[in-house]
Amino acid sequence: MALISDGRFIEDDWRRLADEEALPKSGKVVVSLARLEHALAHLPEGVSLGVNIPNTTDPTSLTRALSRLELVEIAFPAFADGRGFSLARLIRRAGFTGELRASGRLLADQYAHALGCGFNTIEIPDELAERQGESQWQAARAAHARTYQRGYVAPGSILDARRKAAAQ
Amino acid sequence: MTAHDPSLARPNAPTTTYRYDEYDATFVRERVAEFREQVRRRLEGALTEDEFRPFRLMNGLYLQLHAYMLRVAIPYGTLTARQMRRLADIADKYDRGYGHFTTRQNLQYNWPKLVDTPDILESLAEVEMHAIQTSGNCIRNVTADHFSGVAPDEIEDPRATAEFLRQWSSAHPEFSFLPRKFKIAVTGAEHDRAAIMVHDVGLRIVKNDAGEIGYQVVVGGGLGRTPFVGKIIRDYVSRADLLAYLEAIMRVYNRFGRRDNKYKARIKILVHEKGIDEVRAAVEAEFAAMNRSVFSFDPDEFERIAAFFTPPPYESLPAESAKLRTQRVAHPAFGNFVDVNVSPHRVPGYAIVTVSLKPIGGIPGDATSQQMRVLADASERFGFGELRVSHEQNIILPHVKQEDLFDLWKLLDGAHLATANAGLVSDIISCPGLDYCSLATARSIPVAQAISKRFSDLSRQRRIGKLGIKISGCINACGHHHVGAIGILGLEKKGQESYQITLGGDPTFSASIGEILGPGVSAEQVPDVIEHIVDFYLAERLEGEAFIETWRRIGHARFKDVLRREGEDGADI
Amino acid sequence: MPALKHPQILLASDLSDGEVVFLGAEGWERRHARARVAHDKDEAAALESFGKAEIAKNRVVDVYLADVEVGADGVPTPLHYREKMRLKGPSVRPDLGKQAKGAAHDRP
Repeated sequence: MALISDGRFIEDDWRRLADEEALPKSGKVVVSLARLEHALAHLPEGVSLGVNIPNTTDPTSLTRALSRLELVEIAFPAFADGRGFSLARLIRRAGFTGELRASGRLLADQYAHALGCGFNTIEIPDELAERQGESQWQAARAAHARTYQRGYVAPGSILDARRKAAAQ
Repeated sequence: MTAHDPSLARPNAPTTTYRYDEYDATFVRERVAEFREQVRRRLEGALTEDEFRPFRLMNGLYLQLHAYMLRVAIPYGTLTARQMRRLADIADKYDRGYGHFTTRQNLQYNWPKLVDTPDILESLAEVEMHAIQTSGNCIRNVTADHFSGVAPDEIEDPRATAEFLRQWSSAHPEFSFLPRKFKIAVTGAEHDRAAIMVHDVGLRIVKNDAGEIGYQVVVGGGLGRTPFVGKIIRDYVSRADLLAYLEAIMRVYNRFGRRDNKYKARIKILVHEKGIDEVRAAVEAEFAAMNRSVFSFDPDEFERIAAFFTPPPYESLPAESAKLRTQRVAHPAFGNFVDVNVSPHRVPGYAIVTVSLKPIGGIPGDATSQQMRVLADASERFGFGELRVSHEQNIILPHVKQEDLFDLWKLLDGAHLATANAGLVSDIISCPGLDYCSLATARSIPVAQAISKRFSDLSRQRRIGKLGIKISGCINACGHHHVGAIGILGLEKKGQESYQITLGGDPTFSASIGEILGPGVSAEQVPDVIEHIVDFYLAERLEGEAFIETWRRIGHARFKDVLRREGEDGADI
Repeated sequence: MPALKHPQILLASDLSDGEVVFLGAEGWERRHARARVAHDKDEAAALESFGKAEIAKNRVVDVYLADVEVGADGVPTPLHYREKMRLKGPSVRPDLGKQAKGAAHDRP
């Protein structure tokens, strides 16, 4: 898998823990949603915890865990399945400030959407990364200078810009 | 013209539609550049067809039976003479000299090349037009009453709301990959000319007890494979809360709408399966949980938009033009045109003119580039340079002086645009069907043409009165057959085109879905069947009774009986 | 060789301009008269796999086999009305599409 952050491919320092693997004593691990309760109860404090969740997850079921979690990774079973975008919004609304990661076959063309909904990083299969290199992700990010919506992460809001212009 | 002339972006310009400011212009230019890049990446293989498809659809580009097809948005159906001329120029330069006006206030070009599309979009952007979100699983072109701003029965011009929503829904970060398409229509009048009951969300501008303007919100209407009349989810949403409430609906739909079966993915199915109460509860819970201050409705912004839709500088005229009265008598053909195609205007001495794109035997909704230019000229000479597109696939000139009607009629007549059949039996709504569309199961246009020819006698049509025939070439129902007083659906049966006929559909506030008349018939039989139905209606109707009223009064079974009898008499139906 | 119920030809749409194309002996053709006809399942499978490879090369899209009957002149005609339509163009506009005089495929 390839990981995109700020328009660049970066090394992933998180390790995905299989459900049958023992909890480690150090490092950064991502567990499945099924393993989350167990990890919350038994993972040593110095170990960073992340969780991989399906896009159908009820965000309220994570509320208690959010303060302990440093990474929430939302699976995109298909790039055109937009549920992950709404789930990301709800997790941010619940106060999560750690890394929010979209994992699946997302396309560079969706980068602005993902960032807008609060994702920080995108994880895609290597084969897709070969076709969609860094320059495409950077171009996609730059393709939306200002957006019409408010309350989403964007370089600028058209409504705010209009307000500012009108006030001058 | 340059892409953007700031001096025009002011409401006092001699136009009554929205003008882009620098932010709108930049936004559309960015989308064109983005699509140009996507086309390039598609051609060189960075994007596969499956990956490219949603993005080309979100830019209005389909791959059809013979070629690509580009669907251009005409937001809330309003366009200027300059924009109409540009549509004509594009038809000549990049297409085959014509365009097709659709049932959702869009225009379709049937022959563009993929490689030319970015240039076409750039050409549209120069006149403040685009094809953004005219297709795809996103919020589509927001439609509105085509008589907005001029109808006598209006509470408020819905176009300010529609433009507000157009902006909010454009390239939405969260709602661009929905389970399925999402269509919003707005009306501000007592009569529903925007078919809001059969949209994913229908908005009806209403006043509350305190006299404040807000919206009644209808959700879960739609046609297609499983037609539903929408249900009221909330009687009143204040203007300040409109965006927040819509975001709540969209979020619930995006999360819980079905994605396992594209035929069950529209919000109407969610409403049907969960029930309106459960959907309402989910939407209200989301609405309550939202930080609505984020949307912090900006009355100044709404007013800025609304100011573009202020009335043009009408002259002070007598309520009725004496000149017109004389001309009507002197020229019976013109008199008929006025009787049928001209509607009352809210301003004394003015009229609303419907230009029919349904000449007898013609292709419903098609206009040549030459006709588009005539329409542009006509709007400038007689109507403040403004045109409208109706979901009935006709063009409206919304502000014509009564005393100019005769000259306008002559101009239109010279371009084969003066067919006096607006709302009559030959004013048929039809999708392109299998002549163009890759989804179609049968042709629609030849059926429309045959019916139109059968009823070619306009005086007979006037005797029949208002009667809506709507034809779809497949179950997706782009021709709105479910809500036609007479609906026709083209299907495939044993390797042949077959047509199923429904009666009793109604697209207005009293919306109803048509009922099937009987087994399918062949294309050749359709005009006979329609004629039998119409004759039976004429025999049965009471004074002044519309088709739908007669049908409701005497019942579907009686109409079925007629056809059965006709069948026994050897009509082979 | 496993038999086909009907002979078949391979149709597709050209990626860059969207026109209907037919797989011929040498590659994609704009005239159906030049389409290669598969008479058994192996031949049909060969057409199809060539078509899939062409999709991967980003030359065509929407590739599929259609049943035809072959006339005395050797020209294949599709059995279904949908494909018959694709060979010609809109039935309501005989001046447009492949059926039109001077259409691209008529020119040498």
